[in-house]
Amino acid sequence: MKLSIKAAALGAALGAALLLAPLTVRAAEGEIELPKVHFSFDGIFGSFDRASAQRGLQVYKEVCSACHGMHLLSYRNLVDLGLTPEQATAVAASFNITDGPNDEGEMFERPGRLSDRFHNPYPNANAARAANNGALPPDLSVITKAREGGAEYVHAILTGFRDPPPGFAMGDGMHYNAYFPGHQIAMPPILNPDQVTYGDHTPATVDQMARDVATFLTWAAEPELEQRRTMGVKIILFLVVLAGLTYAVKRKVWSDIPH
Amino acid sequence: MAIGLHDSDLKNPVLRWVDQRLPIFSMMQKEYGTFPTPKNFNYFWNFGALAMVTLAVMILTGVFLAMNYTAHTSMAFDSVERIMRDVNYGWLLRYIHMNGASMFFIVVYIHIFRGMYYGSYKAPRELLWMSGVVIFLLMMATAFMGYVLPWGQMSFWGATVITNLFSAFPLIGDSIVTWLWGGFSVDNPTLNRFFSLHYLLPFVIAGVVFLHIAALHITGSNNPLGIEPKGPQDTIPFHPYYTVKDSFGMVVYLIVFAILVFFIPNYLGHPDNYIPANPLVTPPHIVPEWYFLPFYAILRAVPDKLGGVLMMFGSIALLFVLPWLDGSPVRSMRFRPWARPFFLLWVVAVVVLGYVGGKPAEEPFVTISRFAAAYYFAYFLVILPLLARLERPLPLPESISRPVLHGGGPLPAGAAAKPMEKA
Repeated sequence: MKLSIKAAALGAALGAALLLAPLTVRAAEGEIELPKVHFSFDGIFGSFDRASAQRGLQVYKEVCSACHGMHLLSYRNLVDLGLTPEQATAVAASFNITDGPNDEGEMFERPGRLSDRFHNPYPNANAARAANNGALPPDLSVITKAREGGAEYVHAILTGFRDPPPGFAMGDGMHYNAYFPGHQIAMPPILNPDQVTYGDHTPATVDQMARDVATFLTWAAEPELEQRRTMGVKIILFLVVLAGLTYAVKRKVWSDIPH
Repeated sequence: MAIGLHDSDLKNPVLRWVDQRLPIFSMMQKEYGTFPTPKNFNYFWNFGALAMVTLAVMILTGVFLAMNYTAHTSMAFDSVERIMRDVNYGWLLRYIHMNGASMFFIVVYIHIFRGMYYGSYKAPRELLWMSGVVIFLLMMATAFMGYVLPWGQMSFWGATVITNLFSAFPLIGDSIVTWLWGGFSVDNPTLNRFFSLHYLLPFVIAGVVFLHIAALHITGSNNPLGIEPKGPQDTIPFHPYYTVKDSFGMVVYLIVFAILVFFIPNYLGHPDNYIPANPLVTPPHIVPEWYFLPFYAILRAVPDKLGGVLMMFGSIALLFVLPWLDGSPVRSMRFRPWARPFFLLWVVAVVVLGYVGGKPAEEPFVTISRFAAAYYFAYFLVILPLLARLERPLPLPESISRPVLHGGGPLPAGAAAKPMEKA
């Protein structure tokens, strides 16, 4: 018995060491420390603050979407964000979507539908670069999964615009950002106080808008997050009970073996 | 062997009819029911079964993922995200498969550790061990190609770096790389063949696993004491004793697996792989998946490219010949007072290599990786062969049941002494 406990502990330690390995790797890569922000979806039981995510959608629609696409999302997904089907249809209809070819072989424009993917601001990457001083605004569909720090990174970038420190050589048309790798970002400080007018009268400070957008983008990147966690809690509770029962059976079966 | 119907002792007429012609029920009973198994396994002996279950989980989830995946450079990334969003429980399938790869390596690394610590590679289990090393190699190839399929930045650049290793070979190197790529860069033909092979290799693994288990059932299992069972008093039937013990280990394992899948599914991955592959933009640090880091560190520890590649392959090739490098007749490290600390230091060296493998190739990591890599090789090529001659092993117990049951026989090392005092 002693032996097996010792062995199990050793195994657990080995497993833990393997699990911790990437953590140290990760720490080495994050060169800039991001400001800590609390989000509604933090932790094991966190879920999306729907009001914040919907405000984030508004900021995305009115500000970000001028340059950034989110081509992995469809307008129908907005129903999961708490919009009524009518509201989601209205959001879709506010974009003109190129469709076709029609019977004459021509492409044509029509208002968006729920089944459409989010409208891309540029027809292709070259057009996006041409319009943005050579820089390519990244698609935001999975941006919080694609950046170290996730939502905190998005919030940090949107609130991190500063005057460059004296002597810092800035590139042409670039902007200084405290949290962007290399500190030079092509995106201008696009969020200004009261840039948007929130329907729920939340004061539209830059920090508030950045939090809301980060919440919206995290939902966009991981729409399954809430279902995943709810399911995970149930499955782990089930497995813990099952482990207890299996261990009891094991003890019973082994009771006639001296060891 | 007599020709004719198998002599079945099954009572059910239908099962008996089948069993007489194709004795699968008799075989299962013999190999997994009454199969005599040493009675003194510790929980390290769970990991073979865990690995087999993980292989089944990977194949099952993989088959369903493949139904929804598109192996084309312009569509692969989006098709994976479509699985995450629009396929029913697609996110669950993908996160299980993605984290299953890591769980598979954790399990197999512990399984290999178990084999090395308790000397399971020694005669008569050399082929059992070597088939295991073949499985490990196939797993590495499969995992590498699977990581390429989502066609993110790390997929693309990982594939570029690893396939380029073959260019280190003189004269034929560049031709090999072109042949692997199916072109002059990592591109659509590369993705297509990787997908094809990623689907094929797991079944090859399953085949070698069958051989691995067949060999195991010829020699029988090793055990923590490293001595052969001397008679029926040393063994117990596999069922129900080890089926229930494996079941308990399995449930504990599934809890760890579930924590990973449901709460930190992207923890072991790299964020850059959620950026679509772009041949024109190189990521600041190209790092392989965590389970390749020790070998990646050995590769980078050598200043010469060809030398690094040879050392990296050599580090695994050494495992093949381990049964002949370690000439000591004593299997279990419990009775090898010198080999034990040297082996545990080797484990530390592998962990250190994994750590520096994830760091940028700069000081002090380069020097650390050189010391760790040197020790890795010295353990196999110098220490083990020397210890076989110089070490005086502790006296072995007479049999598996003897030290526990009667308190007789020579005293085994360390922890084994504890239960004896009670007896």
